[in-house]
Amino acid sequence: MIVSREQQLGIREEVDVVHVRREVRRWAEELRFSLVDQTKIVTAASELARNTIIYGGGGAVKLRLVSNGHHTGLQLVFEDQGPGIPDISLALQDGYTTGSGLGLGLGGAKRLVSEFSIESKPGEGTRVVATRWR
Amino acid sequence: MFRLMGRPGWTKPGNMERIPILQMGRLLLVTIQVDMHDRLALTLQDDLTEAITRVGARGVLIEISSLSMVDSFIGRMLANISSMSRILDAETVVVGMQPAVAITLVELGLELKGVRTALNVDKGMRLLDDAGGKGSEASIP
Repeated sequence: MIVSREQQLGIREEVDVVHVRREVRRWAEELRFSLVDQTKIVTAASELARNTIIYGGGGAVKLRLVSNGHHTGLQLVFEDQGPGIPDISLALQDGYTTGSGLGLGLGGAKRLVSEFSIESKPGEGTRVVATRWR
Repeated sequence: MFRLMGRPGWTKPGNMERIPILQMGRLLLVTIQVDMHDRLALTLQDDLTEAITRVGARGVLIEISSLSMVDSFIGRMLANISSMSRILDAETVVVGMQPAVAITLVELGLELKGVRTALNVDKGMRLLDDAGGKGSEASIP
């Protein structure tokens, strides 16, 4: 996979979630995603950015313009140094939450993108990679 | 005919920390035109619930055609406002959702059960009228 452009945004407080949404929208427009696809990736970004604050204690996201030889896409890499996720498959289940939300964030975000992966080590942090191909 | 709910804060220029609530008879109208951060959404939820009781509102109309995204947090706020208003004897209608937003919401897994929706303000008003939300000034000829 070739990364031809990258931008990093800090996610520390609530207003940063709005900032992430705005920048992801701008990239998705530039990449000429359809309106529905733009909305999906922006919504996924919003869920994951909020998770980064609530569960990760803050972190950052990298926006990447990627290509796999056949397609171009927008990749979002969320990283935090929080407590980590002990059971990822449980965390992905709809309705499961350790917070006060609906438990739709992680599983919902996964459904809204083309490729999705989570790496997490207890005590070290979490890295979520979400890619939407055009 | 319209009255802005008396609330300090959002009247100051440049202060977007509150979303204005309009009163029309016994209806409350809200148009969400900013990309809300979570606390702003919660403030709106509180302000609306408080305003329903204060004016004895029978209906709440929330217009969201400017919202380019509804995630699980904003979706939950809409659902909360709907159930709270119902308990307070007022009906809530959410109007003007963009098609792309609706498609995304369903895929996200949020079906907004219990939230009444209408395509536009006109249809939303009619729903509220039917629901008995008639204020003396509320019906549009």
